[in-house]
Amino acid sequence: MGSEAVNMLRLDHVGHAFLGRTVLDAIDLEVEAGELVALVGPSGSGKSTLAHIAAGLLEPRQGHVTRGYRGHAVIFQEPRLMPWATAGDNIAFGLRRHHFKRSVCRQKVLAVADRVALDARDLEKFPSQLSGGMRQRTAIARALVAEPDFVFFDEPFTALDVALKRRMQDIVIDTAAATGQSGLFITHDLSEAVRIAHRIVVMERHGRGIAGSRTVPLSPGMRDDRMVFETAQAFLIGDRLFAHVNDCDERSLA
Amino acid sequence: MSLIAVRAGRTGRFLWSAWAGLAGLSVFAAAWQLGHEAYGSFILPSPTETLSTMALLLADTQTWWLVGATAGRALMGFVVAATIGTLAGVLAGYHPAVMRLARPQITLILGVPPIAWIVLLMIWFGNGAGTVTATAAIACLPIVFVGAAEGIAGRDRGLDDMARAAGIDPVTRLIQIALRQMLHALFPALVMALGTAFKAAIMAELLANAGGVGEELAVARANLDVAAALAWILLSVTALISVEYGILQPMRSEFETWREAARPWGVKR
Ligand SMILES: Nc1ncnc2c1ncn2[C@@H]1O[C@H](COP(=O)(O)OP(=O)(O)O)[C@@H](O)[C@H]1O
Ligand SMILES: [Mg+2]
Repeated sequence: MGSEAVNMLRLDHVGHAFLGRTVLDAIDLEVEAGELVALVGPSGSGKSTLAHIAAGLLEPRQGHVTRGYRGHAVIFQEPRLMPWATAGDNIAFGLRRHHFKRSVCRQKVLAVADRVALDARDLEKFPSQLSGGMRQRTAIARALVAEPDFVFFDEPFTALDVALKRRMQDIVIDTAAATGQSGLFITHDLSEAVRIAHRIVVMERHGRGIAGSRTVPLSPGMRDDRMVFETAQAFLIGDRLFAHVNDCDERSLA
Repeated sequence: MSLIAVRAGRTGRFLWSAWAGLAGLSVFAAAWQLGHEAYGSFILPSPTETLSTMALLLADTQTWWLVGATAGRALMGFVVAATIGTLAGVLAGYHPAVMRLARPQITLILGVPPIAWIVLLMIWFGNGAGTVTATAAIACLPIVFVGAAEGIAGRDRGLDDMARAAGIDPVTRLIQIALRQMLHALFPALVMALGTAFKAAIMAELLANAGGVGEELAVARANLDVAAALAWILLSVTALISVEYGILQPMRSEFETWREAARPWGVKR
């Protein structure tokens, strides 16, 4: 990214506490135009909280957030579908604020549903009639349908099986490459981060700041499986920055 | 699938399920018949006698007016209570502080026996339709309020955040997300409130001699005419059922199609 690169998202010294318990502290983070940044950190380190603050759903206790994009979309860790609306209507909800004509909406919904591998028949179903993976894909479609220029991904593919996960990752990679979309991709899966991101940012344990960041070689679409595997292994074994990423002991938090 | 076909299918399934209801009613009628055979017509007329008394009553247009008057008063009270109760309930559901303030009042209103309200209202409003309507409204207000408040308070906040993230304005969020979720708790409360409104209205009519089914019941009591009393009771229950299944339940199934879809096959009506 050149020196004139625009910050699409910038967090300055953001901190947050729930009921007096600090979950985030002194977080500095920048995402440049066209950049997909992966944020990794152990479970319970405050990644979701950070995404909610960055997306404006939560007021940070300290610091501030600067946004340079026009419109964002959020893909939550859970699908968060409206149970009373069909999958198609749930996806169309992502277009609500644009006030498109019905036929335009319908077209866009069909197009995006096809991209996330949802049948036209599935669009008639209610969320309770869909499988877990289909629900999450519906949520992804709802976020992508409005073609936002910034997307927050909060571990969106955790519930998907390996093949679908790859397909979804490819959609993210292709969309970002084709539209110059930027995004913050939260995950605890390092190889997923290596596969799709330009840069990987690592959270400190318990959200105490950002431990550091690494730029991943090559551009996202160009990496083959072997390269992804080897890079992820190299990060995990050889790079002290990633030493705590796979920690899963949340009990020490209390 | 066309919308009409879907609704026709739903109505068909519903009518079909009426068989089960009829079976239940037949058992009830059988028990009634047993009681009749044990105690005789003076204490408990048989179901057929009651039905024929009812048929006689229905042949008289006056009866229709009376039932209509009672139903109208009950419905009026119900609508007033549903409006006020829903508005207040939504407010309380959103603001825990309002809820804490309202809780004791609800307990208070629920704790005062309807009879006491009727006495007070008769003093304030006289023995007219106003008293009957107000009694019905007061009796069902707390039910609607609690239903609406629980519906809002128990909503899925994740959906609020989702809508906020999708850039939806607060008014649309309220209507499309919060109120939509409230319906789930509100409808059962409305059904119960409607029944309560009818009961309260008839009681108020009886005590205040305010005409309608209640006063006819009072007359039947004075004449020790059990068959007429039972026929009037049957008539008012029929009126209640036709309002509930003619208006409330179709509205409910319109909004709750998705619950039908969520139900496992064996449980579908
Ligand atoms: N609404 C909340 N109220 C209280 N504590 C919360 C809330 N949301 C999250 N937390 C706490 O904040 C910490 C970080 O949570 P989260 O951001 O979901 O972590 P992650 O997404 O990295 O797994 C956890 O310890 C969690 O218990
Ligand atoms: Mg999380």
